[in-house]
Amino acid sequence: MTEAQEPSQKRWAHLRKILERPGPFCHPEFEPSPEIMDFIVTSCKILVVGAGGLGCELLKDLALMGFKQIHVIDMDTIDLSNLNRQFLFRQKDIGQSKAKVAAEFINRRIPGCQVTPHFCKIQDYDEGFYRSFHIIVCGLDSIVARRWINGMIMSLLCYEDGVLDNSTIIPLVDGGTEGFKGNARVIVPGNSACVECTLDLYPPQVTYPLCTIANTPRLPEHCIEYVKVVMWPKENPFNAALDGDDTQHVGWIYEKSLERAAQFNITGVTYRLVQGVVKNIIPAVASTNAVIAGVCATEVFKIATSCCLPLNNYMVFNDVDGIYTYTYTAERKDNCVVCSQVPQTLLIPDATKMKLKDLIQTLCEDETYQMKNPGLTTTVGGKNKTLYISTIKSIEERTRDNLNKSLVELGLKDGSEIMVADATTPMTLVFCLKFQSSDVEMN
Amino acid sequence: MIKLFSLKQQKKDGEASPRPGNQKKASAAQLRITKDINELNLPKTCTTEFPDPDDLLSFKLVICPDEGFYKTGRFVFSFKVGPNYPHEPPKVKCETQVYHPNIDQQGNVCLNILREDWKPVLTINSIVYGLQYLFLEPNPEDPLNKEAAEVLTTNRRLFEQNVQKAMRGGYVGSTYFDRCLK
Ligand SMILES: [Zn+2]
Repeated sequence: MTEAQEPSQKRWAHLRKILERPGPFCHPEFEPSPEIMDFIVTSCKILVVGAGGLGCELLKDLALMGFKQIHVIDMDTIDLSNLNRQFLFRQKDIGQSKAKVAAEFINRRIPGCQVTPHFCKIQDYDEGFYRSFHIIVCGLDSIVARRWINGMIMSLLCYEDGVLDNSTIIPLVDGGTEGFKGNARVIVPGNSACVECTLDLYPPQVTYPLCTIANTPRLPEHCIEYVKVVMWPKENPFNAALDGDDTQHVGWIYEKSLERAAQFNITGVTYRLVQGVVKNIIPAVASTNAVIAGVCATEVFKIATSCCLPLNNYMVFNDVDGIYTYTYTAERKDNCVVCSQVPQTLLIPDATKMKLKDLIQTLCEDETYQMKNPGLTTTVGGKNKTLYISTIKSIEERTRDNLNKSLVELGLKDGSEIMVADATTPMTLVFCLKFQSSDVEMN
Repeated sequence: MIKLFSLKQQKKDGEASPRPGNQKKASAAQLRITKDINELNLPKTCTTEFPDPDDLLSFKLVICPDEGFYKTGRFVFSFKVGPNYPHEPPKVKCETQVYHPNIDQQGNVCLNILREDWKPVLTINSIVYGLQYLFLEPNPEDPLNKEAAEVLTTNRRLFEQNVQKAMRGGYVGSTYFDRCLK
């Protein structure tokens, strides 16, 4: 549905007031224009990663703000315990894809909105998919998934002669909540701190010293953790890895934890607590999700329209006692493995003739690099491959033969990336190989 | 702050063409472990074994202490580095049965940096040194094997004998230990 077909021009009147008039709080380069609203409703393409507590809020917020080209990706299905806060789902939806049900709900409820669901893992899609969005917004509870998305959008950046091509930037708005605490941040790839730069900020999983849980447990969590970490692998009751969604597994942990708690006169082991510890669940608070999603959606709007300066760049929120928020600029890390390097291109004059040892020699002798003992790895056919590491005996022995193979023989192609670790650089460098002779077979 | 979209014109559809030879990118964990492995600076009592040189995420560490109670023993640890490294520490298990206050019969190791005191700035090297130190200075304060810890605090001589007995292969109390002399 185009803007002209809208039932009423009044529908976005409140947004037009922001987008068609200048004001003292606008972005310094903001140019008010009716076209901006058109961009929002017709072409701005947003990806929402996660259709859980934050995801439901985000979809609702973005759709009500006028965004229509929204995609949502989530591999999870709906569980009874989601229904108290994931308000796009009903009891009849239990067991179905979160992404699909959420998309259907929004499309039904908000006329003209076209949410496209993707019921799969984020890793199932490649660069082509992620590159097709203007902005990506994450509502995830997993650090692994966040780091993956972060790595993906960083890898989409293109540099020409070391200068970032701004049109390859896909801003990432990331929200996270844990109980009454939350955070929202804006990542402009290549310009501001990325997820990897601030890895220290994510709270580590709660862990207890092994000796404490083994000998001097004081908390019900100590008993559960002991059963999970020590007794499960020892007794292996179901001949399977512990599955937090398997009621038999959780039931076994619950019973053994009760026994252990009784031995140490500890009270408070409940089935719910066992579930929480086993699956590492932090209770979700609906209002925290609403606040963080609201902030994230506002940032998406600011970035898409350039009407205001976006959050710079990290906001923390806490409503345990009253309401506290604080915003600061998370700093980029000089040695961030993901964002601190401009991908470098290595020109390969003749890949059929150039041997791995010649490449290593180049890295050691070239004035720019002057490496000492570079260790080289790559990915071939989606699998990691160690080309050569001299510092580890067992690897050196079995990769030594690679030294005399040509790059083509090693499976490397024009555009292949090699990872090079060396004591002279603070992190692993990524080089993109550029084969100069054009007659090299590409398959 | 750059203004990202002088956009309006910016159309994204149809751009979805993956680069030629679309390859899996190395993950941040992979980049980091490559660095850790390349710069492993092992004490002379330690060696590593990589069953698959293409898989830097799973390997073994062999420690042959050259002093202390465990001199002449050979102890194997397995390392499994997960996708969330270095946010989460690697999973480390002792594969050799050992009579040690901080290591239990299932191979669990009580070393603070393997659990509660892990930080992303630490490396595989930090863990290697931590493990090596456990053999030089077994710590009866944080026991996983309570009996061994008690013997160590009350009768060092007996502890030393028990360690020897276990390393040669045999029973200490009711627990049988496989021989692990090098
Ligand atoms: Zn970074």
